[in-house]
Amino acid sequence: MKKKKSQLQTLKKVLKYIKSYRIFLILSLLFAVATVASTLYFPVLTGEVIDHILGFGQVEFAVIMGLLGKMGAIIAVTALAQWLMNVCNNKITYEVVQDVRREAFAKMEILPLKFIDAHSHGELVSRVIADVDQFADGLLMGFSQLFTGVVTILGTLLFMLSINVKITLVVVLVTPVSLFVASFIARRTFSMFMLQSTTRGEQTSLINEMIENQKVVQAFSKEEDVLDKFDEINARLEKASLRATFFSSLTNPGTRFVNSLVYTGVALVGAFLAMSGNGALTVGQLSCFLSYANQYTKPFNEISGVVTELQNALACAERIFALIDEEPQTPEPEDAGILQDVKGNVQLEHVYFSYAPEQKLIEDFNLNVQPGQRVAIVGPTGCGKTTIINLLMRFYDVDGGSIQVEGKDIRAVTRRSLRESYGMVLQETWLKAGTIRENLMMGKPDATEEEVLAAAKAAHAHSFIKRLPNGYDTVIGEEGGSLSVGQKQLLCIARVMLCLPPMLILDEATSSIDTRTEMKIQNAFAKMMEGRTSFIVAHRLSTIQEADIILVMKDGHILEQGNHEELLKQGGFYSELYNSQFAV
Amino acid sequence: MKKLLVFLNNYKKECILAPLFKMLEASFELIIPLVVSAIIDVGIAKGDGHYIVRMCFIMVALGLLGLVSSVTAQYFAAKAAAGFGTKVRHALFAHIQSFSFSEIDKAGTATLITRMTSDINQVQSGVNMVLRLFLRSPFIVLGAMVMAFTIDGKSALIFVVTIPLLSLVVFGVMAASIPLYRKVQERLDRVLGITRENLTGARVIRAFHKEEEEKNRFEEGLENLTAMQTHVGKISAFLNPVTYVIINAATIVLLYTGAVQVDVGNLTQGEVVALVNYMSQILVELIKLANLIITINKAVACGNRVSSVLDMESTMPVDASASFREGEQKSPSFEKPDDGNIMVQFEHVGLTYQEAGAESLSDIDFSVKKGETVGVIGGTGSGKTSLVHLIPRFYDATRGKVLVAGRDVREYSLEELRQKVGIVMQKSVLFAGTIRENLRWGKADATDEELYEALQTAQAREVVEGKAGKLDAPVEQGGKNFSGGQRQRLTIARALVRKPEILILDDSASALDYATDARLRLAIRGMKEKPTVFIVSQRTSSIQHADKIIVLDDGEIAGMGTHEKLLCDCAVYREIYDSQYKKSNAAVS
Repeated sequence: MKKKKSQLQTLKKVLKYIKSYRIFLILSLLFAVATVASTLYFPVLTGEVIDHILGFGQVEFAVIMGLLGKMGAIIAVTALAQWLMNVCNNKITYEVVQDVRREAFAKMEILPLKFIDAHSHGELVSRVIADVDQFADGLLMGFSQLFTGVVTILGTLLFMLSINVKITLVVVLVTPVSLFVASFIARRTFSMFMLQSTTRGEQTSLINEMIENQKVVQAFSKEEDVLDKFDEINARLEKASLRATFFSSLTNPGTRFVNSLVYTGVALVGAFLAMSGNGALTVGQLSCFLSYANQYTKPFNEISGVVTELQNALACAERIFALIDEEPQTPEPEDAGILQDVKGNVQLEHVYFSYAPEQKLIEDFNLNVQPGQRVAIVGPTGCGKTTIINLLMRFYDVDGGSIQVEGKDIRAVTRRSLRESYGMVLQETWLKAGTIRENLMMGKPDATEEEVLAAAKAAHAHSFIKRLPNGYDTVIGEEGGSLSVGQKQLLCIARVMLCLPPMLILDEATSSIDTRTEMKIQNAFAKMMEGRTSFIVAHRLSTIQEADIILVMKDGHILEQGNHEELLKQGGFYSELYNSQFAV
Repeated sequence: MKKLLVFLNNYKKECILAPLFKMLEASFELIIPLVVSAIIDVGIAKGDGHYIVRMCFIMVALGLLGLVSSVTAQYFAAKAAAGFGTKVRHALFAHIQSFSFSEIDKAGTATLITRMTSDINQVQSGVNMVLRLFLRSPFIVLGAMVMAFTIDGKSALIFVVTIPLLSLVVFGVMAASIPLYRKVQERLDRVLGITRENLTGARVIRAFHKEEEEKNRFEEGLENLTAMQTHVGKISAFLNPVTYVIINAATIVLLYTGAVQVDVGNLTQGEVVALVNYMSQILVELIKLANLIITINKAVACGNRVSSVLDMESTMPVDASASFREGEQKSPSFEKPDDGNIMVQFEHVGLTYQEAGAESLSDIDFSVKKGETVGVIGGTGSGKTSLVHLIPRFYDATRGKVLVAGRDVREYSLEELRQKVGIVMQKSVLFAGTIRENLRWGKADATDEELYEALQTAQAREVVEGKAGKLDAPVEQGGKNFSGGQRQRLTIARALVRKPEILILDDSASALDYATDARLRLAIRGMKEKPTVFIVSQRTSSIQHADKIIVLDDGEIAGMGTHEKLLCDCAVYREIYDSQYKKSNAAVS
């Protein structure tokens, strides 16, 4: 019941999208009816023509010519209606897809990062791409197929009844057998398909494991053992695949056979009726019936396919709408101020924060940072150092208390002005698909060539950019493609060097850069930090020692706060960390 | 694609029988209109009820025969397709196994996995469809025409005109739209790319407040996509109406010609009905054929991708002698004083990766005595890993040569060579199974004692003992149920189990703390049959006690010698050392 209800709601939402195209929808349905009606009328006319071709010297040309003219007109109507229907359907499908995608993407841009962090990106992408396609194809096309199918069945029945009731009964009674055959085979083959797909899954997982670690396999000369294991699964897959393919391919011959029974039944009853000669059925009408009998089962078979497709499409639609209906980040208050003349005063007052309510992380945290001060965040890997970045940049909102910049609550100012005040270099380097120059100018679109070069030089990126095939205009792929991790990191640093905002957030992750380049970058960092308030996720002792405030974190909590000497004197976690990690 | 067809060789019988039985079924279908025409002309016209019943029995019999031959055809087709898929999978997997590291790097694992799975599945179902339908549809189309000729030559001429015309339209529309569909796909890929970028880069995009700009970029991609879709849609929207017009216009002409022929007594009423029936059979089959061609198109594209992987030749033939024949003169390896004391020797080795412009290693020249420990240090990308990968011949040196125990590595069979080497890679990988199974990768018949001995040395004994089931404790794929440090120690143990003559630790103590790292090094030094050890590291502390340290800088040896010597005369080494030790000095002060 619940499922039904949610499906109904999904349908309602779908209707909302179709609403602006309702004229096209109505037209499409009208054209569909017209197409079906004229398609079905054609065999009737053919039959009438045949009835006027009785035999040698018994051909009424005058009547036939009239009928043939009528048939020509019908063809024209059918073709036109069919074409217009196709055009309408295309219009609806493509436009709805576009609308849904546009809305989904717009939502993505304002979703809280909490949502984005919590969901697999691949899965979200597939919602926006594959699911939308499936939804449009399945739901809209499925609907139009379903509609046409039902109209065809009803129309055929109507036409048949108008010609002869008895034969119609033959058709109506035998046809469902083909549906039974189809569903019987489908049910029987389901378990075979399951077996095939689990075996396939098993094989894929082995392929994944072995190809990904091919180097280890080779290092231990294990190629043959692995191949044996693979072959064992492969043999099972062959068997399963043969069974699934064969049994599922019985549907067509099966329904075709039932169809031929219908055909024979019509021929038998029709022939006897025609033979009785009291005008119960003419030969032309019989030929018309035979052509109906040929087509009548087709929509039935199609409909059973369409129903599963529709359900599938509805499931896809549900996933997309779940994304579109997702709660967006807190909207900005209308009177949101704009942060100006930021000097670097940052205050955290009684801040409470956690990612999940049942796991408390930051509680009653206070911090007062003066302009130009350096705050180092230290702790073992995975201790939640990025949490602080998330809060400062307002990627996440605090649960309690407040964060203030220049005395203003950051929730009272525009996100834009807040984020513009920070320059951020994260550990995970992200570059967009585009040229190097575009990437560098992200923070300052109006930068001059000299400024770009200066920034790149300061970040020690200039020398490798210069060596790329097209220099600054080299197109780098998504995720930075052909560049090494270290090079990407240099670009991210240059990106910030170019716009130089009043405050900095640096994840001092220079792990991917060799020690010598790292030293150069350190110098650049130091220059950049002069006079700027900076928050540094610090790994290097020198950075930590020079910091005005050190935040020591562990398991997501902030354990200690103070400068190097104070913390050492405390003899707490910091001094422990310091002694184990830095002293060799 | 053609090359893949070889894998159908074992299924020749099936490949012939499947279409044959399909054609048999089609022939029965083609007879039906004749039977109907006989019912009309003989049965109804003469009022012969028995004849009608007899004819109806024939129709049912034809239907049954059709069913039987169709089922037979489906079986052979399924058998050939499943067998074909299995053979291709086996061949491709075996082929990938033979790849040297160069080919794996070149193709990329993600690509190889797609080729192995979804691509082959597509090809397999393509083969199945082709065997079932590819001959059937043209056969019915042409058969209908032939049957029309048996009824009346003049009327049959209408078929002769209609069929090419229809084919022209169907295949014309397809030929026009298939390349356009490819364009649609390209534009969809772009939309997909922007979507993914916005998810992975959400933080940066928001930090630089690029949301509006990204929305515009997305909108642009979206509109491009819709425009192309609409364009293709317009073309394919013509297909159905136009074919409908052609077939039915032909029917009108057929009826008129039929009427004339009947009037002069050349044809009967029933025969006209039969001709009309043949005409409508054609349409159905042509549409099926068009769909089939789309499937085939996809399958061929996938097939080509699969065979392109099969075409990639391993640059490192397993047959040792064969590869060596291509090598330079054989003599130098025998000139060496065969004192057996030199374990590993590099003679002016250079390495250029495939499709790379410059050498990654150049003029590497050194030798290592048996039992010595060598440290290899240098910045990222300086060639440390490349250097050690030359020893078990993961790559072939493109210049100079590498000798192990006095013999060129290319003279060994790969198995013999790799048996001498135990390597622990940067990324510690375990395989699904048990701990014992994983450790036995090093030596298939190792006893538990041997395993524990290796675990002891690798400082991993407690890892095993901490698990329920000990050596039989399950390992999940990728070793997910172990921590990074545990995995690393187990992979070290795995390498030690085979008691290698050469042990290579490629930055493989990075997840270990200093104390464990030190204990590990001590334990290796104390092994009974002490191997020659290569330690690759970024940490000076891991290698400073080595007998010999090789300092790499940008693929060249920047310095070689002991720690003390290098501190004196190697600027690069000193720089690395200082950058890491300043902090400890600071800590002391």
